[in-house]
Amino acid sequence: MITLLLSVLAAAFLAPWIIQWKRSAARWFALIPFGLFLFSLTWISSVAEADSIVQTYPWMPSLGLSLSFLLDGLSLLFVLLITGIGTFIVWYASDYLKHHPDLGRFYFWLLLFMFAMLGLVISDNLIALFVFWELTSITSYMLIGFNHESAQSRKLALQGLFVTVGGGLVLMTGFILLGQISGTYQLSAIIQQPINESPWLSATLVLILVGAFTKSAQFPFHFWLPNAMAAPTPVSAFLHSATMVKAGVFLMARLHPAFFEQPLWSNAQMIFGTATMFIGAWLAWCSTDIKKVFAYTTVMALGTLTLLLGIGSDYALVAFVCYLLGHSLYKASLFMIAGGIDHSAGTRDLTKLSGLRSKMPVTFVVMVIGALSLAGLPPMFGFIGKELLLEAGLGADIWVISAIFLSSVLVSAVAIVVVVKPFFGKQMNGDSNVHESSIPLLAGPVVLLSLSLVFGLVPMLAQVALVNATLASVSPDSINTTLKLFPGINTALGLSFLSLIMGIIVASGWKPFRFWADRLWEISKRLSPEAGYFAFMDGIASFAGWQTRVIQNGRLGSYMTVLILATLLPVAWVLLDSVGLPHFSSTLDLTLYEWGMVVLMLSSTAFAVITRSRFASIISLGALGFSVALIFVHFSAPDLGITQVLVETLTVLLLVLVLVKVPGFARYSSTSEVVKDATVALFAGTVLSAVVMAAIPVQWSPAISSYFIDNSYELGKGRNIVNVILVDFRALDTLGEIFVLAIAALGIYSMMKLKGHRHD
Amino acid sequence: MTEHHKSARTDSLILRTGTLFILPLQLVFSVFLLLRGHDEPGGGFIGGLVASGAFALYLYAFGHSALERLVRVSPKDILAVGLLLGLLATVPSVFFGDAFFTALWLEVSLGDNLVKLSTVLIFDIGVYLTVIGTLLTILMSLAEQLWEEQ
Repeated sequence: MITLLLSVLAAAFLAPWIIQWKRSAARWFALIPFGLFLFSLTWISSVAEADSIVQTYPWMPSLGLSLSFLLDGLSLLFVLLITGIGTFIVWYASDYLKHHPDLGRFYFWLLLFMFAMLGLVISDNLIALFVFWELTSITSYMLIGFNHESAQSRKLALQGLFVTVGGGLVLMTGFILLGQISGTYQLSAIIQQPINESPWLSATLVLILVGAFTKSAQFPFHFWLPNAMAAPTPVSAFLHSATMVKAGVFLMARLHPAFFEQPLWSNAQMIFGTATMFIGAWLAWCSTDIKKVFAYTTVMALGTLTLLLGIGSDYALVAFVCYLLGHSLYKASLFMIAGGIDHSAGTRDLTKLSGLRSKMPVTFVVMVIGALSLAGLPPMFGFIGKELLLEAGLGADIWVISAIFLSSVLVSAVAIVVVVKPFFGKQMNGDSNVHESSIPLLAGPVVLLSLSLVFGLVPMLAQVALVNATLASVSPDSINTTLKLFPGINTALGLSFLSLIMGIIVASGWKPFRFWADRLWEISKRLSPEAGYFAFMDGIASFAGWQTRVIQNGRLGSYMTVLILATLLPVAWVLLDSVGLPHFSSTLDLTLYEWGMVVLMLSSTAFAVITRSRFASIISLGALGFSVALIFVHFSAPDLGITQVLVETLTVLLLVLVLVKVPGFARYSSTSEVVKDATVALFAGTVLSAVVMAAIPVQWSPAISSYFIDNSYELGKGRNIVNVILVDFRALDTLGEIFVLAIAALGIYSMMKLKGHRHD
Repeated sequence: MTEHHKSARTDSLILRTGTLFILPLQLVFSVFLLLRGHDEPGGGFIGGLVASGAFALYLYAFGHSALERLVRVSPKDILAVGLLLGLLATVPSVFFGDAFFTALWLEVSLGDNLVKLSTVLIFDIGVYLTVIGTLLTILMSLAEQLWEEQ
C-alpha cells in the first residue's frame, strides 16, 4: 500500500521538470493513476474475502508510533474512484490547459492532491488521517487559486482554505479526544471497540462532526464549495465533486459502525444533511452558471449522503453506497462536459448558451446521459440509487421524505434545463469558434457514464465488485440485499415518477424565475453564512490592527514596560503565593563603612536618574558600579572586585564613545508618564530583590563550595579558587561564554558596518 | 613621538603623554595578571580587560587609525586565535585516553622555580585573547563609525 502512495508522490515531484522539458508528455502522466487503478483492482477479491487488510510499518518503535494502513471495502471503493477518475482528469487537463504556461506546477499540485487523498482513505491512524486531511485542504487551496493573478481566485481560494482548515483544527481536537478516551489512535481498533460512555464523548462527536461538515460543505459551511468553482474545470471535476469533498462523508461512514447508536451523532447528521440537501437543490435551481449549478447539486448530494448515514437503516446504508458511487461517476463527467462547453463556446452562463446541438453532437449525447443520471432516471445506476434513497426516506420521518421529494423535483428540473437550454434553440451570437470537444475532453465523461449505464443494466456487477464490501465496512450488522434495476411497483417508484412530472413543469418556468432568482440573491447576500464568514474575517483583521497599534507602537519604552510586566507579574504572583512577603530582621546592624557604601550607591543611582547632563549620568552609573565592586571587596572576593572595576571602566568608556553623538537629554515624557515608568521600574526592582532574598535560604543539596575549597589545590593545582573554577572545573561553561563574547563583538561590528553602508 | 603627534585626537597633552607611558606598562601588567591567575587574584578575563583598557586609553588619545596601526593585526583575527586556543586546549587529553577536556599538567623546574605548564594555561590564554579581541572589535567599529576622523 505504501508503494501506491509513494509512486504518486514521486510522480508529483517529477511532473514540473518533465513537463518543462517536454510539454506533450503531460498526457502520459495519466498512465500513473491508470496503473494504480489496475493495481487496486487486484485487491477486490482479497478485500471481499478478508473483510479488511491492515498493513503496518513501524516508524518509531520506541514511541509506539507506526505507519498503519487499512484497506477495506470503503477505502477500496474510494481508492478506485480516486485513481480511476484521476486517470481521466489527468488526461483531460493535458488538453484543457494545453496552452497554460504553468502546466507543470498544475500537475504537481494535482498529483500531490491525489497522494493526499489516497493517504486519507487508506490511513488507519487518526493522526495520519488528519495530516492527509489537511494536505488535501492545502493542495485544494493551491489548485483553486491556480489562476493566481486573478484577485477573485485568490480570495475564494483563501475562503475555501479557511473554512476547511478551521474545520480541520476542530477535527484535530476531536481526534485527540477520541484517541484519549479510546486509549488508542488506531482506527480499526476504535471501530471494533467503540467507547459508549465517557464524559467527553459528546464533545468528541460534536468536534468530529463539525470537522466533517466543513470539509463536505454541509450547511452552514456550504458556501465555499460553489466559490471553489473559480478553479480550472479539471480541478472542479476532481476535487470538488468526486473526491475531496467526499472526505468528510468518508470519515462519517468510516466511524459509522462506532457511533451510529449515539443519538447526538445520527440526529445531527439527519438535520444538517436534510437542510444541506434542500438548500443545495434550491440554490442549484437559482443559479445560471453551469459550474455553479453542478456545484450546488454536489452540495445537495453531500447533504443526501449525510442524511442517509443519519437514518442508518439497512435501506439507507445500501442507498448510501449506491448514491456515493453513482454520484461520483456522473458528477465528474458533468463537470468535464461543462468544461468542454466553456472551452468551445466561451461562456458558462445558461442564459446565454443556446443551439449548440448541431456543432457539438457528441457532447450533447453525453450531456443527456449525464442528466439522466443526475435526475436519477432508468436505466442509469443513478436510478437505483435514487429509488433506494426514496425507500430509505419512507422509512424515516415525514419531513425527511418531503424534503427528499422536493429536492428531487428541483434536481429533475435542473437536469432538464441543463440539457435543453445550451443545446436547443437558435444559434448563439459569435459562435464561429464553437467546435466539438477533443478526445481527451470527452473520454472521461464517455467512459464514466458508460460505466454508470453498465452498472445500471447489470447491477450485479457493481454489487459483487464494490457494493458488498463497502457495506461490510460501513454497516455494523451484515446486510444482504440484491440490487435490482426494477424492484417492482411500489411507493418509491410512484414518488419518483411524480417528482419527474413536477420537475418538467417546474423546468418550463426556469426563464421567468430568473427575475425572482436575482431578487432573492440580493437579499441572501446580506444574511447568508458567507456574509458571516466575511464579517468574521474583517473582524479578525481589525482586531489585529488595533492590538498591534496598542502593544507594538514603536516606542522602546512601551516595549520594555510590556516585557517587564509580562515577565514579572506572574513571578510576583507565584512568589506571594508560595513564600509570602519577604521579611527583614528587625535590627539593621551595619558598621559605619557599610552605611557609607549604602549611601554611596543610593545617591549615585538617584543622581543618574535625575540629572540632565548625559555625561554626568554615565559617570554616576560608573560610580554605582564601583560601589558594587566595593561590596565585593568587603566580602573578600578580590577577583570579582577587580573584574567589576575593570568592566565598569570599560562600560563608561564605551558609553561615552557612543553617546557623544546623541543629542542632549530633553524632557520627552510628561509627568504622568514619568510616574508610570517609575512605578514599573520600582516594581521590577522590588520583585527581583524579593526573589533573590527568597532564594538565598533555600538549600536543596549540600553546598558545592566545600567541594571546591577542598579540591582546588589537589585537583586543580591552583590556590585561586575562582580562577580554578572558571578555567578548570567549569571550563566548558567558560568556553561557551567566550563564544558568546565573540558573537556579541561580531554583532556590533556588523551593525556598525551596515550603518556605514547606508550613509554612503 | 612625532608620528603619534600627527594623528592626535585630543588636545590634552597630559593624556597623550601619559598614554604613551602607561600603555606598555599596562600591557605588561595584563600579561602578569594572566600568568599569576591560578594562584593569586588574576586570570584570563582580568588580564584581557586590563589590556583592553590600555588600548581604549590609546584610542581616546590618538584615534582609531593610530590604534589600527599600533595593533597591526585585525582584532577579529585576535578573537579567532583566542577561540581556537580555547578549543585546542580541550583536545590533548583525548590522545592520552582521558575524557575530553581533562587538564594535563607538565611541571618544569627552571633552577629553583617550579613552572607549571598545562592545557589550562593554554585555555586561559585563549580567554585572554578572546576578551582583547572582543573589546578591540567593539571599540574600533564604534569609533570608526561614530567619530569623524581627521
